[in-house]
Amino acid sequence: MTLRSPIGRARGLGSAKEGAGDAWATIVTAVALVPLSLWFVISIIGLAGADYATFTGWLARPLNATLMVLTVLTVLYHAQLGVKMVVEDYVHGAAAKVALLIGTKLVAAFLAVYMAVSVLKVAVGV
Amino acid sequence: MVEFALPANSRVQPGKVHKAPAGARNVKVFKIYRYDPDSGDNPRLDSYEVDLDACGPMVLDALLKIKNEIDSTLTFRRSCREGICGSCAMNIDGTNTLACLKPIEDIKGDARVYPLPHMPVVKDLIPDLTVPYAQLASVKPWLQSQTPPPPDSERLQSPEEREKLDGLWECILCFCCQTSCPSYWWNGDRYLGPAVLLQAARWIHDSRDEMTGERLDALEDPFKLYRCHTIMNCTKTCPKGLNPAKAIGSIKEKILERRS
Repeated sequence: MTLRSPIGRARGLGSAKEGAGDAWATIVTAVALVPLSLWFVISIIGLAGADYATFTGWLARPLNATLMVLTVLTVLYHAQLGVKMVVEDYVHGAAAKVALLIGTKLVAAFLAVYMAVSVLKVAVGV
Repeated sequence: MVEFALPANSRVQPGKVHKAPAGARNVKVFKIYRYDPDSGDNPRLDSYEVDLDACGPMVLDALLKIKNEIDSTLTFRRSCREGICGSCAMNIDGTNTLACLKPIEDIKGDARVYPLPHMPVVKDLIPDLTVPYAQLASVKPWLQSQTPPPPDSERLQSPEEREKLDGLWECILCFCCQTSCPSYWWNGDRYLGPAVLLQAARWIHDSRDEMTGERLDALEDPFKLYRCHTIMNCTKTCPKGLNPAKAIGSIKEKILERRS
């Protein structure tokens, strides 16, 4: 129960003066993922049935490695923005919300670096 | 967390059945949400059998007939009965709309009538709209200008400038869109909602208003504005055929426009 005035509730904590950055980043990464996803799907279909050496040979080419790293980073950046939005929509407990928002960022950052390093390892061949 | 089930004291129980008078041949059943805060009982769904041969064509006509002739305790808001006051907004046949503009013949089967969704209910079909009204006031829906008005005439606008307000000024603030929006259901305390944002857009796009920057500042917020995920329930449900989702999109465009 609250006895706060309706206008006090509506004004709340005021404007955070941000939000456009995330919205714009969502759009930019979505646009980037159109060609990247097409390249990824078409390439993987082309490699269906290939052996390990053929696949790593394909991934080791500079253009393929570059596009794969870009795909991984873009997907994870886009995904963590999406998960953040879902958490903000549905999770209202302060502790759970902060834990999930931090966890999402850390998991996305770990996966992004891990996948990028894996691609580079194949590409550089160490 | 979001709750997907109603609290125990809000669950709707079966209600009373009011039979049609003997001899009625064109009977339509209206199942209407009833809630009396003074009784302490759960809400219930009462059935009213209405003889359509002795009733006007709109759902509001049936509600008035029920109140006048069958059950005077049925409580709802209404005023103009021609879709301009917004008072009789309610959920009819699963969609938020105005009872005065909704033809009974468009409803197949029983006509189910509920108050606007996800608002506290004052009584029967009357939702408590205090918070949306306060949210509307918070966006200062009036002309703000540093330039004093001309002493001997109104503030002028070109026809092209005036055209930008078409699709915005027609809103009657019935809050059908506001209460159809899942984002507003889950975050109605922080998200301003489609009706309020459409009103904000109406002043942002008004060439006579000089506080556009301040208005955008006040809206640029992850919750106040960016909870809109373009779900489009607002546009689908608007009984005046307006497009709140497009209006919200135009605010987001203005915010991007000033960033680069």
